[in-house]
Amino acid sequence: MSSPADLTLAEAAAALRAGALSARELLQATLDRALLTEAELHAFLTIDHERARAAADAADEVLARGETTGPLHGIPVAVKDNMVTAGVETTAGSQILAGYIPPYDATAVTALKRAGAVIVGKTNLDEFAMGSSTENSGYGPSANPWDTGRVPGGSSGGSAAAVAAGSAMIALGSDTGGSIRQPAALCGVVGMKPTYGLVSRYGLIAFASSLDQIGPISRTVEDAVTTLEVIAGHDPLDATSYRGEYPQYRSSLERGVAGLRVGVVTELAGEGISPDVLSACRSVVDSLAEAGATISEVSLPSMEYALSAYYLIAPAECSANLARFDGVRYGLRVEGATVEEMTARTRAAGFGPEVTRRILLGTYALSAGYYDAFYGQAQKVRTLVIQDFTKAYEGVDVLVSPTSPMTAFELGSRTEDPLSMYLVDVCTIPSNLAGAPSISVPVALDVASLPIGFQIMAPALGEEVLFRVAAEVERASGWNDRRPPLVEADHGV
Amino acid sequence: MAFRVRSGPIYNRRMAIDIDIAYVARLARIELSEEELERIGRQLGGILEHAALVQELPTDGIEPTSHPLPMVNSFRPDQVIPPIERETALSQAPESEEGYFRVPPTLEAE
Amino acid sequence: MEYEAVIGIETHVELATDSKMFCGCPAHFGADPNTNVCPVCLGLPGALPVPNEKAIEWIVMIGLALECEIAHRSQFHRKNYFYADQPKNYQISQFDVPVCSAGMLEIEADGRSTRVRINRVHMEEDTGKMIHIGGGGRIKDADHSLLDFNRSGIPLVEIVTEPDLATPQQARAYAQEVQATVLALGVSDAKLEEGSMRFDANVSLRPKGTGRLGTKVEVKNMNSFRSLERALTYEIERQTAALEAGEQIYLETRHWDESAGVTGGMRSKEESSDYRYFPEPDLVPIEITDTRRDAIRQGLPELPAARRSRFASLGLDPASVAVLMSGGLELAGIFEGACEAGADPKTIANWVTGEVTAFLRRESVQLGETPLTAEHLFELERLCAAGDLSSTAAKQVLVGVLAGEGSPAIVARARDLIQISDAGALATQIDQVLADHPEEYQRLRDGDAKIIGYLVGQVMQITAGRADPKVVSSILAEKARG
Repeated sequence: MSSPADLTLAEAAAALRAGALSARELLQATLDRALLTEAELHAFLTIDHERARAAADAADEVLARGETTGPLHGIPVAVKDNMVTAGVETTAGSQILAGYIPPYDATAVTALKRAGAVIVGKTNLDEFAMGSSTENSGYGPSANPWDTGRVPGGSSGGSAAAVAAGSAMIALGSDTGGSIRQPAALCGVVGMKPTYGLVSRYGLIAFASSLDQIGPISRTVEDAVTTLEVIAGHDPLDATSYRGEYPQYRSSLERGVAGLRVGVVTELAGEGISPDVLSACRSVVDSLAEAGATISEVSLPSMEYALSAYYLIAPAECSANLARFDGVRYGLRVEGATVEEMTARTRAAGFGPEVTRRILLGTYALSAGYYDAFYGQAQKVRTLVIQDFTKAYEGVDVLVSPTSPMTAFELGSRTEDPLSMYLVDVCTIPSNLAGAPSISVPVALDVASLPIGFQIMAPALGEEVLFRVAAEVERASGWNDRRPPLVEADHGV
Repeated sequence: MAFRVRSGPIYNRRMAIDIDIAYVARLARIELSEEELERIGRQLGGILEHAALVQELPTDGIEPTSHPLPMVNSFRPDQVIPPIERETALSQAPESEEGYFRVPPTLEAE
Repeated sequence: MEYEAVIGIETHVELATDSKMFCGCPAHFGADPNTNVCPVCLGLPGALPVPNEKAIEWIVMIGLALECEIAHRSQFHRKNYFYADQPKNYQISQFDVPVCSAGMLEIEADGRSTRVRINRVHMEEDTGKMIHIGGGGRIKDADHSLLDFNRSGIPLVEIVTEPDLATPQQARAYAQEVQATVLALGVSDAKLEEGSMRFDANVSLRPKGTGRLGTKVEVKNMNSFRSLERALTYEIERQTAALEAGEQIYLETRHWDESAGVTGGMRSKEESSDYRYFPEPDLVPIEITDTRRDAIRQGLPELPAARRSRFASLGLDPASVAVLMSGGLELAGIFEGACEAGADPKTIANWVTGEVTAFLRRESVQLGETPLTAEHLFELERLCAAGDLSSTAAKQVLVGVLAGEGSPAIVARARDLIQISDAGALATQIDQVLADHPEEYQRLRDGDAKIIGYLVGQVMQITAGRADPKVVSSILAEKARG
């Protein structure tokens, strides 16, 4: 392997500690990779060369003393641009926040810095994380490193593309209805949504507060574990932050799946799922059986209603969360004769079509006369989804399904029909409604040489069993950190 | 084993929806042209027909879930934390004046 | 047709916590604009609220003081509406499950006591402040507006009554009783002029004796108890006149204009408010166990009603009790301090409700801004009891103490008000008076006791009031007996 940018986090950390590689060299390789790929990928909205170099140099000084500050010491990390970074422009992919410089770091960003990470930049996303392709970004779409004519998925498409391309070793994403797992699947990397509350949301620009969760995107399951252990932890600044124990997950990696009960979700294994995806997932399930897991089929009857419930709950919360963008205190302002007119024009100009649609959808679902039939009913369906999961987990330890019903689709192919884009999230949404952890592991390529992701779901706080299965899936699939064609030239292979 | 193809209608059932899109846009404070309102109204109609599937499920006696995990009483002690500098607070404002955020006059009383 | 008013009151009470409701910014009043702000109370992207535990404890105290039921489990909701002084364009408030509900407060007004039912007491956050520039500060003529978010996020408790009040006087008595209650609890400054306590009233009229409710009008912007009473009196007259003229009453919000003495309609919105309340997803439910509630109840201080009856049991008349209670905690506090030191309650009450209150009103100051202490009152009362000060002189000394001239003893000496009780010292002045009034002296010697009062008065005059009239009187009586 010719470029340090293609090392995994585990490999790079070992090389740094051994003195075989400096943080500055690693950063340079990463920035070089970005230089090579960004024109085509547009994974980043901001690359902060200056701060990144300063952080890498500081990391090297510590290394020179034979020390490290934490598990991410000297590791180049990308952060989705809906997490605020003190002094560094943060837009959440929206024109309404063009040029916005936050005064503080998100708690997850602080955690990265404390662990020694070198933050390379801020990655592209669907505006305010609303979308499944990054085509809703106010700054233009990102492309998929496996086929630059296709979407990287979304909304954390920039983070997934950057990790796949090697322009970041790991990245943070946020997942409200699949926004970490789906782009990870489409870009052939690992994406993990932790249990709700495990990672502080403080400083994450809210889309749907009861569903949003920050998580890692990485090239291996082990790197996901390392990153999660850094960013998970109780935060007094987030009232929904989990207050119990935060175990270490590393030991899960080598434990195997012998004796575990794996449930295949009936409702996510049929209509609407591409045949290549189904057959790849079928082989993974077979290999889990060979590794000693017991396989059964589990029906979650409310699953088919989960998507409907999600597309009421998430827009309702977003309609309130995005009300603060009013042209008064920060961000865009379009002049008007009165403050009311100014705000109405600012919001019309600053929000893209999908965000506008969702705000209006949510406003409607909450408005007088419709609340009970829409938002109220959706919340009850959410209860039923959770009950279905609870019942299922009486008989199995984890549930599995494809991450996405299809592999990366062509740019522009779904933008005209919002509903067809929403259907992309059908497999990932239930875990968000349940607040439960879920991970996507790349397992194979389809006929068009596009990555296929396999999703594992566990009960809330079931990260340990989730990682056990994920590690086995990674081993059994023989994926072996496959790299996209875009960067193979830089591999020297 | 496992992934079989399931037949039958899943995501194609629809219900009729009425929506006063101009009213909703005013509530959301977004100034849209007639044409935009018409287009978005039509799109929302389609999405809501699908979303209205939630009404099919019997939910008598089912409590709504507004928070995924069963937590209560997440508080902070009554302790003062130093505020941010005023210059910082105002630095991102489109317009400020003598330590205040400045806005055009308002139509409505509080 | 005769109409009767149906009045309900919404009271907003800013809690006097150290920090704000959902962030650690200082919650005090009077800082430079936008200096007590942070990402949370400015509504910056990514910021999250975390509730102040003390505020929750205090709203439970208020609820218990108002005999409310305390919800075992309640939650915050978002109340969505756009207004530039509200940084998130939603207010974190409560909706269907407030912390406290179904309470009661007893008030005295119009010569009888009335039980006012409390519908609910809920927790919310205050908004920022908007200043309208140009156009004489009037909203509709302003050139632009300025925003200060120091107040944004200060804990706000809203107390809502049932429509149980029938007259402006009852409304005022209710408002004063609520103020006395939160002051007694020590949870708010409850200053109407600074806006830390604000009253809105809902008023409707109905034909006397009928049960149905008319269209209600919300009246806002009353900055004193007096303006609350005036605004309601005006609004009842306005609605009566309108109904008598066959006009319709519209559901609207009207603002009280103190200088013009009228209420005016302000909002002409097409839609009535559609607040789209939904459970605040950034916050988890509040759970208050019976044990916790009972512990808070145990810690409640004496409430105004109890204090009032205790004052009455000290022999004070209802009028004095009312004055002592009305000045917030200050008057009652200094009164109690002096009594606890051993002074006579009636004497102290007379001074506090008389000279002290008059001084405060005349000088437009608060008791706390004067040097007067409970110890001063006790000392003054002792000087009187010992005969060193006449009751008239005592009142002058009190004014001197209030004016900062020193302790009662110092003021009495400095103002030369120490009473002359020594018979020897008074003999010269008495002889002088008798020499100046030979006729009266003769009548005295003739045994006419009625002239004693006149002569005492003359002695008081030439001693500038310092002579102890009792001593003078007994000396003169001796001379009469010859």
